[in-house]
Amino acid sequence: MSAPVPVAGARPRRSFAARTWSVLAVPLLVVILSLLLGAIVILASELLVARPACSTVTAGTPCGFDWMLWFTAYAALVQGAFGGSDAIIQTLVYTTPLVLGGLAVAFGFKAGLFNIGAQGQFLVGALGAVIVGVALAGAPAPVAIVAATIAGIVAGGLWGFIPGFLKAVSGAHEVVSTIMLNYVAVQLLAALVSGPLKVPKSPSPVTYDVGNAAFPIFLGDTGHIGIILAILAAGLVWWLLFRTTWGFEIRSVGASPDAARYAGMRPKLLTVATMTFSGALAGLAGTSVLLGVSHSMTSSFGTTVGFDSIAVALLARSNPLAVLPAALLFGSMRAGAGLMQINAGIPVELVDVLQATILLFLVASPVLRRLLRLRNVQAGIATAAPGQSLGAGTAP
Amino acid sequence: MDLSGLIHALDGIPVLGLVFQLAGYLVAVIPQNAPNIMQQATPLALAAICGVLCERSGVVNIGIEGTMLAAAFTAWVVGVAIQPAFGAPNPSDIFGITLPLLIALAAGVLVAMAISTLHAWLSISLRADQIISGTIINIAAAGLTGYLNQLISQNSPAGAGEFARFVPPVAWTNLPVIGWILAMLLNQGPISISVIVLVIGTQVWLFRSRWGLRTRAVGEHPRAAETVGIDVIRVRYRNVILGGVFAGLAGSYLSIEATNSFQQNMTAGRGFIALAAMIMGRWTPIGSFGAALLFATFLQLGQLINISPPSGELGSIMGAVPPQLFDALPYILTIVILAGVVGRSTPPAADGQPYEREAAT
Repeated sequence: MSAPVPVAGARPRRSFAARTWSVLAVPLLVVILSLLLGAIVILASELLVARPACSTVTAGTPCGFDWMLWFTAYAALVQGAFGGSDAIIQTLVYTTPLVLGGLAVAFGFKAGLFNIGAQGQFLVGALGAVIVGVALAGAPAPVAIVAATIAGIVAGGLWGFIPGFLKAVSGAHEVVSTIMLNYVAVQLLAALVSGPLKVPKSPSPVTYDVGNAAFPIFLGDTGHIGIILAILAAGLVWWLLFRTTWGFEIRSVGASPDAARYAGMRPKLLTVATMTFSGALAGLAGTSVLLGVSHSMTSSFGTTVGFDSIAVALLARSNPLAVLPAALLFGSMRAGAGLMQINAGIPVELVDVLQATILLFLVASPVLRRLLRLRNVQAGIATAAPGQSLGAGTAP
Repeated sequence: MDLSGLIHALDGIPVLGLVFQLAGYLVAVIPQNAPNIMQQATPLALAAICGVLCERSGVVNIGIEGTMLAAAFTAWVVGVAIQPAFGAPNPSDIFGITLPLLIALAAGVLVAMAISTLHAWLSISLRADQIISGTIINIAAAGLTGYLNQLISQNSPAGAGEFARFVPPVAWTNLPVIGWILAMLLNQGPISISVIVLVIGTQVWLFRSRWGLRTRAVGEHPRAAETVGIDVIRVRYRNVILGGVFAGLAGSYLSIEATNSFQQNMTAGRGFIALAAMIMGRWTPIGSFGAALLFATFLQLGQLINISPPSGELGSIMGAVPPQLFDALPYILTIVILAGVVGRSTPPAADGQPYEREAAT
């Protein structure tokens, strides 16, 4: 802890290009490396699928070892995500919950909290939205939409409040309690959708349609207003974090809880507030999928949004505005994966592999920087409170 | 036994009667289903031991779920790959062991150890956030196994079979009072039957051996441990990799002992229930095993209530309870324990903290 403290102005001023490079170098490099590794996985996996030799089959059927399969796959991925206006709108629809979920996780990081429970808050938020949405399905649209959205936000916020409250009161670590709450949310959803919320005579567990509470479409066939909400939310979170006293306190607690306490801030209160707000954002993510895309809920409702959100927040280095491009990256992969599977026969799970390798390279970026002699670039991962002990059970 | 008759005599009392009815139901169904409960508990207990070994040395491992999944897939897929080379299976009398099955098990365990080594490298050497490292393992394992399974299952291959269960002599299982416990512990395949040995072994090892003492010292106060000459980094590496053996057994159990197949995401959150069992068991192997048995009983009851519901008043109440409540109970209980409402459970003091050697430059 004896590193020299940098004095303001002591560092030489760097050009805009140099500063941009310092921020973007690692994320860009990491994404490129992951795509390379993905290509290797694609080629290696060809060995598993024994195709007939090309001399024995008629032209057109897949045969032999295709050295360019990785290109076919990535081309289909890009085409599926950005080929034509419908595809682009679909990509935006996939991106929307990732922006909101990414903001939720990033907001927690800023306060030194690891909200791994975005998945549960997402589900409970959607549950809140569907309960109110179905109840108000016949009400005037503006009323129904606003009420259902608020219900989703409140439900997600409540699911975030619980771990925040537990941490403040008894020191229960939020990582463990949010993991547990994720699974409670899954069971709660299944119980409600196959119980009280179920359409009575339906053979499979499904709720009624939310009717008038559905988000209006303003772009093409599928572009719902949740897209706008997500962009507004990114601006709001940035403003909250960097332009309000509350945001300053959150960042202070994240950087150093002890210093913040000496400065008269109340870490416990901030923990509860941060987790609640984070949960509310994740709840809004669930709401946007429910009211904007699915309009009703089945017992298998639920996606990988919660875990994708962690990847988004990490890639964005917890910066609310950087969450937008990071979410777009993962959203476009999810949107294009279907076409990749159809055109190149590459299972959609490749996206998860890419996501994991992106995170892996981000975490290992100190090694990358050393290997590639990259100086003056920022590290890949910037969580607010590194090495926070799970054992800090009884916070003072 | 006349115990259930005695309990039934008290059934009529309001409210309290329900408790007796429940007790009677449990006394009736648990011994009958004890071997099944043990099978549910096996992967939970093994994975929880992995958690105990890691966290006692100060490394949080939430990647157990992914490690198990990768081991389950590897064990199955290696069995598929080598099975043809060995010709017709000739299972031995003991546990139906064949050479391909043993190789498959070894492969599952080795992969789990390799993944644990990655986790150790990221979280100990690179001092990365251990939660992020675990998350990476979970995402990567789900993605890669799903990806490869999609490709491989196009050919719908046959696995290398599964381990058979040992059948204890009827004279043992018919013994009064302890007969059902013997059946529970012994009417099992090789991995499941070894759980009790492994639980006791790791318990003794952790609390009665030099290595165990060092492990706990490193997990509680690494700086002090280093001062007395313990290599903190090395102890952590060894514990995390050894933990991988247990996660590997837990995963392989799912695909080559409990079933003879791999399904996408077949661990289904067991790695996280194991974390819950570890917390409830207060970071001890025996406690974790007890918690795993309790959770397995909940899961089993959730199914039993559909198949053979209790009669009378209790039955109508149990029928109204959504079966998902039983699946959620392990998680809810863990939250209650974390909240300190009942039986506070405190993790090792340095759990989750990366260790940096005192400047040795």
